[in-house]
Amino acid sequence: MPKRIGIEVSLAVADAVKMAKADVISAYPITPQTHIVEELSTYVANGELDAEFVPVESEHSAMSAAVGASAAGARVYTATSAQGLALMHEILFIASAMRLPIVMTVANRSLSGPISIWNDHSDIMTERDINWIQLFVEDGQESLELTLAAFKIAEDKRVLLPTCVNMDGFMLTHMIEPIVFPDQAVVDKFLPTYKPLLTLDPKKPATLGPVGVPEVYLEAKKQCEQALLDSLDVVKEVLAEVNKTFGRKYDLVETNGRKKAETLFVTMGSLGETCWSAVDNLIAQGQDVGQARIRLWRPFPVKEFIKACKGAERLIVIDRAISPGSVCGPVAQEIKSVFYGLKDAPEIVNIIAGIGGRDVPVADFEEMYRLAKKRKLAKTYTLWGLNSNA
Amino acid sequence: MIEIRIHGRGGQGGVTLAELLAKAAIARGKFAQAFPSFGPERRGAPVMAFVRVDDKKIRVREKIYAPNLVLVLDPTLFDIVNVAEGLQEGGTVIVNSAASAAELRKKYGWPKAAQVDAAKVAMEELGVPITNTTMLGALLKASGVLPVESMKAVIEDRFGPKLGPKNFKALNRAYQETRLA
Repeated sequence: MPKRIGIEVSLAVADAVKMAKADVISAYPITPQTHIVEELSTYVANGELDAEFVPVESEHSAMSAAVGASAAGARVYTATSAQGLALMHEILFIASAMRLPIVMTVANRSLSGPISIWNDHSDIMTERDINWIQLFVEDGQESLELTLAAFKIAEDKRVLLPTCVNMDGFMLTHMIEPIVFPDQAVVDKFLPTYKPLLTLDPKKPATLGPVGVPEVYLEAKKQCEQALLDSLDVVKEVLAEVNKTFGRKYDLVETNGRKKAETLFVTMGSLGETCWSAVDNLIAQGQDVGQARIRLWRPFPVKEFIKACKGAERLIVIDRAISPGSVCGPVAQEIKSVFYGLKDAPEIVNIIAGIGGRDVPVADFEEMYRLAKKRKLAKTYTLWGLNSNA
Repeated sequence: MIEIRIHGRGGQGGVTLAELLAKAAIARGKFAQAFPSFGPERRGAPVMAFVRVDDKKIRVREKIYAPNLVLVLDPTLFDIVNVAEGLQEGGTVIVNSAASAAELRKKYGWPKAAQVDAAKVAMEELGVPITNTTMLGALLKASGVLPVESMKAVIEDRFGPKLGPKNFKALNRAYQETRLA
């Protein structure tokens, strides 16, 4: 029987990794971390999880150890955040180029400096082009279920790509909320033991990750990107299986509020819930508004996103990262590219909000809507909550 | 939805109090959130924790700005923090204090007050001046958000077979001794 309990979301993710029976966990508890790897180290130490826990000396080494273990055929997990993710940077590309199905939780936080441990998406947006599958979750339940799903997606023979599950730092990682835990037997059926295609094995020598001379580098890159593009259908398939197994309605892009609304908010991550409440309030006030929530960031679900926005005259795209020197935030850049040259493309306004842990309450979303409707927002982007006297 | 803000000092167990309340509410089939004031916490510094309880899924991830209830673990905070900031009309400030509820309510202009000498109860029942579980009793008395019995399992789970029953006893005693004004 599924069990519903109140638990910190980080601990629920650790339980998901335990239920996924990860073979190797490599981690470095740099500040800021979460309770995820701490809890996993306890599980390994007390024998509840039969895995190798590799306490490395940096996040660069955490990802390097994950690459090695995955190449040897293990189911591998790690978690990181902000500066830690930044320190992994060069190895993130190696992991995808070697087609290693590593699963990583990114507890999204701002990058220093100024020194910050609070929540926004500047860490993952800096790593946008690492050729990993990148999922975003909105609440604790999704954090648990999409962590399980991430292994299934990553390890699918048609995919074989590292996958990261983005969950907002503090906003989700330190939140105690109700989460329904599935039975281990259900998880085992959903996520069978990982059977790697090719491994580093002294008895069957193989080379993984060799040099890519100019004659082959481009082709290797193309193959890797093609795998990422092709993974979209597998993500869809796995989400459908999650829905069937756990009784959810996850999709690549989800919508709420009025159908074919004039104005749509576009969100990604846990702010989506707060925005949802604002959308409900606005509808109660007679406004024609809805919301599209992006769950899959890479590969970007172009077709699904356009479909979700059908009929909208205006999109209010909420970004959680600044793209310095650009025309707008990264999510808005993506969406403007998606709609460029399309007939009936909506007006796209961009609000960069919740930077460095700045709170974005329900009332702020309602204010954003009013300003957008009166065309009082900048054509490029608006830094929400900026104290202009600063 | 009931929104609760907890004021304490780092190390006094405010976050644990929030956690216990949310877990007990969830165990009764309700929806709840508990979260700390995000950031580096220092022992002894004024800190906050937050709880939301509702009968339906909570779709808000903002801080709590207009609480229905405020709980104060440390009476030395009254004069350095405006604990009643944003408190809703008719809201209650629940305090650990030796002074009477009526006196405190008048002095600070709180709409309603609930008072228990939690430090005394905790010293007598637990032998330590940690008042978080004791103050849960006052909160339940002042709000009726959950029945006292609903806290038993989460407290025993958190504090184990030795300290769990003692903490639950302290909670029960505080529930009896809490005065409202």
